[in-house]
Amino acid sequence: MFLLALKMLLGDRAKYWMLVGGLAFSSLLMTQQYSVFQGLMSWTTSHMRNMRASIWVVESRVEQVNESKAMRDTDLNRVRSVEGVDFAVPLFQGVLKARTADGSDKMIQMIGLHSGTLYGRPPRMIEGDIAQLRLPNSVVIDTLAMEGTRLGSGMGRPLRVGDVFEINDREARVVGICQTERHFFGYPYVFSSYDQALQYSPRQRKMLSMILVEPKPGWDTAEVAQRIMKETGLRAFTVPQLEASTIRWVWNNTGIPISFLTTIILGFVVGVAVCGQTFYSFVLENLRNLGALKAMGASNGLLAGMLLFQAMIVGLIGFGMGIGLTAFFGLTVAQSGQPPFKADAAFVFQSLAAVLVICALAALFGIRRVAKLEPAIVFRG
Amino acid sequence: MTTPLRSVNPVSPTAAPVVGNPLGSLAVGARGIVKVFGVGDARTQALKGADFEASEGELHLIVGPSGCGKTTLLSVLAGTLSSDQGEVNLFGTRLTGLSASEVTRFRCRHIGFIFQQFNLIPTLSLVENVSVPLLLNGAGRRDAEAKAAERLRQVGLAGRERQLPTQLSGGQQQRVAIARALVHEPRLVICDEPTSALDSMTGHQIMELLSTAAKAPGRCVLIVTHDPRIYGYADRISVMEDGRVTHVHAGASLSSYIHSENRS
Repeated sequence: MFLLALKMLLGDRAKYWMLVGGLAFSSLLMTQQYSVFQGLMSWTTSHMRNMRASIWVVESRVEQVNESKAMRDTDLNRVRSVEGVDFAVPLFQGVLKARTADGSDKMIQMIGLHSGTLYGRPPRMIEGDIAQLRLPNSVVIDTLAMEGTRLGSGMGRPLRVGDVFEINDREARVVGICQTERHFFGYPYVFSSYDQALQYSPRQRKMLSMILVEPKPGWDTAEVAQRIMKETGLRAFTVPQLEASTIRWVWNNTGIPISFLTTIILGFVVGVAVCGQTFYSFVLENLRNLGALKAMGASNGLLAGMLLFQAMIVGLIGFGMGIGLTAFFGLTVAQSGQPPFKADAAFVFQSLAAVLVICALAALFGIRRVAKLEPAIVFRG
Repeated sequence: MTTPLRSVNPVSPTAAPVVGNPLGSLAVGARGIVKVFGVGDARTQALKGADFEASEGELHLIVGPSGCGKTTLLSVLAGTLSSDQGEVNLFGTRLTGLSASEVTRFRCRHIGFIFQQFNLIPTLSLVENVSVPLLLNGAGRRDAEAKAAERLRQVGLAGRERQLPTQLSGGQQQRVAIARALVHEPRLVICDEPTSALDSMTGHQIMELLSTAAKAPGRCVLIVTHDPRIYGYADRISVMEDGRVTHVHAGASLSSYIHSENRS
């Protein structure tokens, strides 16, 4: 009977495609918007993956990784003196202006690494040697910075190792190219030594942006972070803590999550409305046939099962199409790198569950109608 | 005063439907059936204590003017509508004593339906439509379709198993409906105006099929109709008026009734 139920639905092409289309659109809206949101969240925390460190120490009022409130140079030594700290190094981070070959100014994300350890170095070098950062006026740029529209502007070609540009009227010679994850602000990363970064940056009273800490072997990272906070009054985050705090900050201080959440909820509501109405109208149009089946001995349970089966099948097909379109979108934007897109397997399953809930709700309207249907309806003209 | 019904075999209301008539001939018996629709000013009493009986091997017509309660009586006899008062017995099973799900199971196993508008599912092929009662009775799809194809052959539709109902004429669709009604070998076949949507010649062909079906051992065919052209096929005719069966014609009385109806 379930196969026949499916054929009953597939036979009504208009309703079938309306249902599948509505569910595909709903799935697309939910999964695509969530993936873009996840991508944005990933961009907001990309610093943590581009400058890997076990513990991030910041000024006590800092809440997220993209925020920078300078600390005193002496804070570095205070952190180093905390028990459980293997080593602690300074980090400079700031947005500076770079001048390209054609004289135009481009914003860059300047990162100054401790020249002794180069702790916080980018995860992957494509060309050159990161150790050459110790040479005067040397920088490592990321692939985004290479582009002709960025620091390569005016060169007629991408920037290469050995090329020179200016940061705040100081020479910057490219000694390496690295791969980084794109940041929320979209500025290219330029790495230099900490001391060099201070020279590139306009002089201020306090210049220490962050302190990167590695705990001693055998020490619990969270415990060391706790000790640093307790003994220095600074704020120390482990990687998961900083990631959570950054995302929480975005939730609390920007309209981005609400905007995406609204669209995702709208996707669900549109799915319920379109699917529910179409499926109910399918049931109404087939009421005499369902009444005939009931007269012939089909129980309410069987008819409910048939309707649910029909709804679930279109749900799976619609979801498949929706997720396919989302994947297509993801692959397309992967070429250009924006808008941000990060697929999440857990959310795919949650979306599938949401679509099946939509289908169950749609079927429920029909099931209620059929349950109340008197089989004697078929004897009325 | 109501005429006493022939003996029936009352069973416990909680018992599972069991078909079997110890007297061998009474198929359908109904006594004092009352059915009221609506409340207040809209209250209509469709059946006012109707009595009815039909025997095995019989093609029994229920006739009467519009609004006399024919279809309501048929619905009550078929178990698709519950009565407010009275008792219905089908092949020795007291239908009024069964639960709703037991009545559904009873209908599924023992009753075949033929509707005025055929009620074939338009998106299913003929063989799929005909196999529905078998599938509802738990048959496998292959077996059900094989039996359905055989039934279609018996009603003259061999080779058209995979066609859709919309590709057939009204008479052919009613043949499919007959095949569907008979495919699971029901003991009672309920027909609601089976010829009213058909031309005279096709109507006679359909009645030939139903007449043959009624002769199967242990089977009874009940037909509600307005169509006097088919009265000649009846073994018995119950005439209804104002919610009651007022006359039952059989034998010589049947011939004179048919004669008088055809003349008028």
